Amino acid sequence: MTALPHSTAKKLGLVIDLDTCVGCQACVTACKGWNDAGIGLSDQDPYGADPSGTFLNRVHSYQVTVPDAPAQVVTFPRSCLHCDDAPCVTVCPTGASYKRAEDGIVLVNEDACIGCGLCAWACPYGAREMDAAQGVMKKCTLCVDRIYNETLPEEDREPACVRTCPTNARHFGDLADPDSKVSQLVAARGGYDLMPDMGTKPTNKYLPPRAKGPGTASPLAPLLDIKATGIAGWLDRMLGKI
Amino acid sequence: MHPAPSVILFSTLSGLGFGFLAFLGWGAPTPSGWVAFFLWALGYGLAVGGLLASTFHLGNPKNALKAFSQWRTSWLSREAWASVASLLSLSPVALSDIFGLGLPRLVGQVGGVLALLTVFTTAMIYTQIKAVPRWHHWLTPVMFLGFAVAGGALLSGHAWAPVLLLAVGAVLWAVWRVGDGAFARAGQTMGTATGLDRLGVPSVFDPAHTAGNYLKREMIFVVGRKHAAKLRMLALVLASALPALVLILPLGGAGIALAGLMHLAGALAARWLFFAEAEHVVGLYYGARG
Amino acid sequence: MNQPRVETQREVGDEVRQTTCYMCACRCGINVHMKSGKVAYIEGNRDHPINKGVLCAKGASGIMQVTAPSRLSAPLRRVGPRGSGAFEVISWEEALSTAVSWMKPLRETAPEKLAFFTGRDQSQSLTGWWAQNFGTPNYAAHGGFCSVNMAAGGIYTIGGAFWEFGQPDWERTKLFVMFGVAEDHDSNPIKIGIGKLKARGARVISVNPVRTGYSAVADDWIGITPGTDGLLILSLIHCLLEAGKVDLDYLAQWTNAPLLVNEAEGAEKGLFVKNAESQPFVIDRRSGHPAPWDGKGVQPDLGAEWQGNRTVFRHMAEEYLTPEYAPEAVASRCGVTPSRIRALAAELAEVAFDQAITLDQPWTDFRGNEHADMPGRPVSFHAMRGISAHSNGFQTARALHLLQIILGSLETPGGYRLKPPYPKPIEAHPTPHFVTTPGKPLTGPHLGYVRSPDDLCLLPDGSPARIDKAFSWENPFSAHGLMHMVIPNAHAGDPYRIDTLFLYMANMSWNSSMNSTRVMEMLTEQKDGEYVIPRIIYSDAYASEMVAYADLILPDTTYLERHDCISLLDRPISEPDAAGDAIRWPVLEPDREVRCFQSVLLDLGARLGLPGMVNEDGSPKFKDYADYIVNHQRRPGVGPLMGFRGNGEAQGRGAPNPEQMERYIENGAFYQAHVPAEASFFKPWNAAYQDWAVKLGLYESPQPYLFNIWSEPLRRFQLAAEGFGPRQPPDHLRDRLKQAMHPLPIWYAPFGDEDAAFGYPVHALTQRPMDHYHSWGSQNAWLRQIKGHNYLYLPTKIWEVQGFAEGDWARVSSRAGTIVVPVAHMAALNENTVWTWNAIGKRKGAWALDEGAPEATTGFLLNHLISELLPDRNGVRLSNSDPVTGQAAWFDQRVRVERVAAEDHVRGTVEPMFEKLPDPPREGGGPIRNGGQNSSKNFAESLRKLLRLPEGTR
Ligand SMILES: Nc1nc2c(c(=O)[nH]1)N[C@H]1C(S)=C(S)[C@@H](COP(=O)(O)OP(=O)(O)OC[C@H]3O[C@@H](n4cnc5c(=O)[nH]c(N)nc54)[C@H](O)[C@@H]3O)O[C@H]1N2
Ligand SMILES: Nc1nc2c(c(=O)[nH]1)N[C@H]1C(S)=C(S)[C@@H](COP(=O)(O)OP(=O)(O)OC[C@H]3O[C@@H](n4cnc5c(=O)[nH]c(N)nc54)[C@H](O)[C@@H]3O)O[C@H]1N2
Ligand code: SF4
Ligand code: SF4
Ligand code: SF4
Ligand code: SF4
Ligand code: SF4
Ligand SMILES: [Mo]
Repeated sequence: MTALPHSTAKKLGLVIDLDTCVGCQACVTACKGWNDAGIGLSDQDPYGADPSGTFLNRVHSYQVTVPDAPAQVVTFPRSCLHCDDAPCVTVCPTGASYKRAEDGIVLVNEDACIGCGLCAWACPYGAREMDAAQGVMKKCTLCVDRIYNETLPEEDREPACVRTCPTNARHFGDLADPDSKVSQLVAARGGYDLMPDMGTKPTNKYLPPRAKGPGTASPLAPLLDIKATGIAGWLDRMLGKI
Repeated sequence: MHPAPSVILFSTLSGLGFGFLAFLGWGAPTPSGWVAFFLWALGYGLAVGGLLASTFHLGNPKNALKAFSQWRTSWLSREAWASVASLLSLSPVALSDIFGLGLPRLVGQVGGVLALLTVFTTAMIYTQIKAVPRWHHWLTPVMFLGFAVAGGALLSGHAWAPVLLLAVGAVLWAVWRVGDGAFARAGQTMGTATGLDRLGVPSVFDPAHTAGNYLKREMIFVVGRKHAAKLRMLALVLASALPALVLILPLGGAGIALAGLMHLAGALAARWLFFAEAEHVVGLYYGARG
Repeated sequence: MNQPRVETQREVGDEVRQTTCYMCACRCGINVHMKSGKVAYIEGNRDHPINKGVLCAKGASGIMQVTAPSRLSAPLRRVGPRGSGAFEVISWEEALSTAVSWMKPLRETAPEKLAFFTGRDQSQSLTGWWAQNFGTPNYAAHGGFCSVNMAAGGIYTIGGAFWEFGQPDWERTKLFVMFGVAEDHDSNPIKIGIGKLKARGARVISVNPVRTGYSAVADDWIGITPGTDGLLILSLIHCLLEAGKVDLDYLAQWTNAPLLVNEAEGAEKGLFVKNAESQPFVIDRRSGHPAPWDGKGVQPDLGAEWQGNRTVFRHMAEEYLTPEYAPEAVASRCGVTPSRIRALAAELAEVAFDQAITLDQPWTDFRGNEHADMPGRPVSFHAMRGISAHSNGFQTARALHLLQIILGSLETPGGYRLKPPYPKPIEAHPTPHFVTTPGKPLTGPHLGYVRSPDDLCLLPDGSPARIDKAFSWENPFSAHGLMHMVIPNAHAGDPYRIDTLFLYMANMSWNSSMNSTRVMEMLTEQKDGEYVIPRIIYSDAYASEMVAYADLILPDTTYLERHDCISLLDRPISEPDAAGDAIRWPVLEPDREVRCFQSVLLDLGARLGLPGMVNEDGSPKFKDYADYIVNHQRRPGVGPLMGFRGNGEAQGRGAPNPEQMERYIENGAFYQAHVPAEASFFKPWNAAYQDWAVKLGLYESPQPYLFNIWSEPLRRFQLAAEGFGPRQPPDHLRDRLKQAMHPLPIWYAPFGDEDAAFGYPVHALTQRPMDHYHSWGSQNAWLRQIKGHNYLYLPTKIWEVQGFAEGDWARVSSRAGTIVVPVAHMAALNENTVWTWNAIGKRKGAWALDEGAPEATTGFLLNHLISELLPDRNGVRLSNSDPVTGQAAWFDQRVRVERVAAEDHVRGTVEPMFEKLPDPPREGGGPIRNGGQNSSKNFAESLRKLLRLPEGTR
């Protein structure tokens, strides 16, 4: 099972717009809530001195120093990228970790997982977290239990994190289809891969922040030299315009 | 990477065990009777003990048998096969040695090769991980095999043992030399990890989470430089130089035992460093303030 | 091998119950998925007007709010010294009779001795009505320490405001400029809106000393020096006027710019010139003669001068065209270069005038003039506490409204739009009521809009009638009261002593007070063997820091366990295109001895025999809050909820409908009344809107009005300060009133700036984290993992000059106190500003957290540095508030930052550190149920123990 499929019919994944993400962490807790109700994501010492828990999606916050411009802050959601060449899959000794041939989703079959942690080591993106209570590996499922779930209304068949994102910075779709909304966004906005040199060929893409800075409107010209004409002159000129 | 005692024990003990088993299988030495029993038991004990230790690392060991299923792709699965194959294939030779059954040595030699192969598969588990540049190098299997062979030679009282031990020292030194620059050479930075190198130079602003998590515990382990340098010296001296010296001294069996213990301690230190010094690229997301 | 079968058809639960979120005042609609009677998952309601399906981090983790171990579980009576946190559990009957025994004598003798203040109360129309019927003048909610500058500055100027009273025309705006917004109450709508602008590629600019969140995604960031926005805005106005880039037609038609200002020396100076009918008038350009301001076809002359009296427009031009507002003159003060200011002005003008839009929608104005379409200026603004939490915030808010007005963008397509019940001129608001008569209710509501000194709440001797000194000369327009001054004033007995302080959901001994350390002392100080504030009754749902300081605790339900009402009488959930209200209902039954506070309040009211709460035979009028919500009528036919009235079809006005609650539940817990298309813009002047609003019950008659560039109520106070009129301010306040009550928007340096001269040069701010709501988030196991402690962020300049390094700590001091806290470097920050996340720091032992919790050990509050009083001036210490509205000036704070070496301070423990509080839910308030974890987790936990080694072996 840990052999990667030669190709997948679809490449379902997320496109995350860093120009729009405000770092609200909604996708983090929506993901936690949905998956806690499903596969269970435990917390240790939840009200204690050293709490710790399993999350499938984390939102980081970076500051970027930019030449000749004020520094920027970029918030950065991080979850499984559902890589084409997923090293987390091939290292797995049990076959628990696998990539689906039909849609490219990378999943863990918890019934087979021995909790060796090797897949988490193999993932360059920190997309896998071992659940300390269950002893099995957890990762983003791309909400496979939502996107095909016929018990949900059709419009809700999208990942929990996408559904909740207030700014609509998260987009879900088929990146193998060049006409899909997500592929077009990637094309239009220069969507990119994280650590491409790792050779993982991520499916998820990130849209870079747009260029920032002052606008380009041409400077305003005074109506006339107010110092010379006084307010009265200004008024005449101004109201003459009506 | 978090230097988990179970994994350190596992890889060190089983490496030593399989190395020794390889020598026993090959027939150098070729003990018999109680001595054979004792030596084979030592080899098996180390190898199996190590393997058992490794199961402590598992979150869900009840599925352990499933680990044999993915030999086509997974080095860990291959290791499972190789270890079982070598342990099984060596058992007739062991029995033959103990009871003087006179089985052809070739059987043992095949087993010996399998034992080294096991060590190689163990090494490959780490070597294959691109996300840990320090490990992702051909020197990693060389080091693992080096430890196995030198350790095996030591326990076997092999004449070449001092040389092999010194060679392990050289390999360790090379591993550190190469390893220290590996992360930088891999070229991954917070900028490539986030893609924000497009804009400028990123650094962590606010932590993604102030609480702990598996990633921070498992992948982000920082050893102090001074601490590491001291430990390296210790590892080098204990694993390589001192046992080589002791072996040269005419101390007989006691010398081997002493050298063996020293070497084991050195190997454990080296293995602790192997994990503790290994930087996983995921640390980039967490920056220094992680 | 085949792929394993994946369960893709998982049923989330067995039932969905729709109600309203509560983790902030945004009030999003939620779908609560229930499984076997328990909450399984909470997601946004897609049909809900506010959030349209999305939820924020707090809303999406609401499940952890209803399972938190910090939930109070039974009424408590204090048994140890106040503040020690020693309680005994009592029955509800005992709790209620105790409260009544304290309150009843007060009502019969001196009702003002009961002060009832509520925090971020979403039921103010009930709590205010209760207090009014009790007869105490001492009631307000949190607005005074929150953002009353925003509310009052807006309502006095445009009859509406930022805050959640309106929103940009997200669909059409092309340029959106935010001043000092980190989160706001319109939390999800703003995020949805920003998302829409981003998707359209519209431009977003943020003016904020700190570049995070919205400011981080903004296309441009102006890292202004705190407290100087007014100056920046007036400079933009200067530039626009100078270039003639103002919407003259808009000014002439919809604002008081063409009204004439009385120039004659005397008591009328600066008020509008009035005609025989006491109406202000304009000069008609066509005739050059006076004409009614609301006359059909009149073309007001903005430049008129009549009998020596000039128009507001001329006063305005003269004020703002002076060189003191030129970019070059304000640049260094604002920390923004002149060219940036000019560029911003140019950008505003270009979008407003060169990229103007038109909506093909005919409409008729209140004068009867018909308009073929709706012209729009697609520039919009939003502002919040970055502007309002300063002592010049009222005037700064006014300045920003003036900027929108001269651009002609307010209430036009693409601009900023008000949400019903706004627009609403001050004339349509009540004035404050305060006269007490033992045993009798007040004659009207407490809070209102003052028009002149006559409306102040003063006792015959001229002293403040209210404990918080609201509506006094110190803060004449304090429309929301001054919650932050209640405890200090009650402690000081200034203006008088009270007996019982009745608080509801306000964490006043911690993050909600200025000078928290001192407030804790005030609450526990004794005189002659009695506490200076003798009795404190408090309703909280959780074990907050405040609980320890109460004598009687009335534990509330959580938001999924009660009825609630988000009413048009209060702060509804309207959108510009629809009035909206909503409910909460118990989707869960409480499993503890807790009661919905509003029901408790009605019960207390009935026991006290308060008018409106008892039948003629003295029996309780309402069974509970739900009964009240459905059956109470504020005016005939107008009740808390507007939807499904009468036979179920009536909207706005209609008899109570016993089915109303059910109908709301069926409808997803909300109701909307849509604004007709021809009424959707120009609402203050749009006849169709005015008629619709009357029909809905928002007002009793149409209320068209002009925007108040020149404010007469302000000018009346200036006149008083100048010595005119019968009611005169104390002398020590005259100068400050003359300055602050300027009838045109102005800027003056925030009062806190004076501290710079005393060695406190650095501005210190807080920001709301998007993932926590004030103090509530720490009890939420998911949210506290995200932010369990905070840093003080230092700008590069301070970082480098003092040689700070990662992991360092700093001593931060102000005139009021000192804190020692962990610091971190932030590059995208105004160079004279430090800041931290608000209310992450917790007191040891509170919120049912372990005493080693990072919230308590390394989390900290800035509040210990913020004094509630300004420094002594001639023996008088005024409150640290805006002089107009009494808004708490949180962000005026100035500090000094010094690196502390590791030898001098043990890392890992912030200062000040207070004694650990015992944990009331566990130690005083009965047993804790299941550790706050759901049972599936407990099962997993035990299974794990059976199967494998203890944790930590990996
Ligand atoms: N997630 C979350 N949402 C909340 C709350 C919460 O606690 N958490 N609280 C709710 C409440 S009660 C309120 S009142 C609102 C408040 O909503 P906001 O006013 O948006 O919240 P604050 O965090 O007070 O934001 C003040 C902003 O003003 C900036 N600022 C400070 N001084 C100045 C200045 O002089 N000029 C300018 N231009 N900017 C300045 C600060 O950097 C900060 O970004 O949020 C509500 N929504
Ligand atoms: N330094 C600094 N301080 C500030 C601010 C700032 O910007 N900087 N902002 C100020 C502002 S704008 C505000 S609005 C205040 C916030 O002031 P508060 O409203 O006092 O703040 P909270 O911490 O939310 O405290 C409310 C209390 O309500 C309780 N509670 C929660 N849910 C319920 C419930 O369902 N029922 C009942 N009965 N109680 C409940 C909580 O447990 C908590 O004890 O803080 C102010 N303090
Ligand atoms: S929910 Fe959306 S905006 Fe919020 S952190 Fe996640 S991706 Fe960013
Ligand atoms: S992101 Fe990591 S876990 Fe996900 S597919 Fe890629 S390598 Fe595997
Ligand atoms: S932890 Fe589980 S999924 Fe990951 S490699 Fe090990 S067995 Fe496979
Ligand atoms: S797709 Fe689902 S599992 Fe993955 S991050 Fe989003 S919510 Fe979590
Ligand atoms: S913004 Fe968040 S916390 Fe506030 S009501 Fe909406 S979902 Fe709840
Ligand atoms: Mo607030």
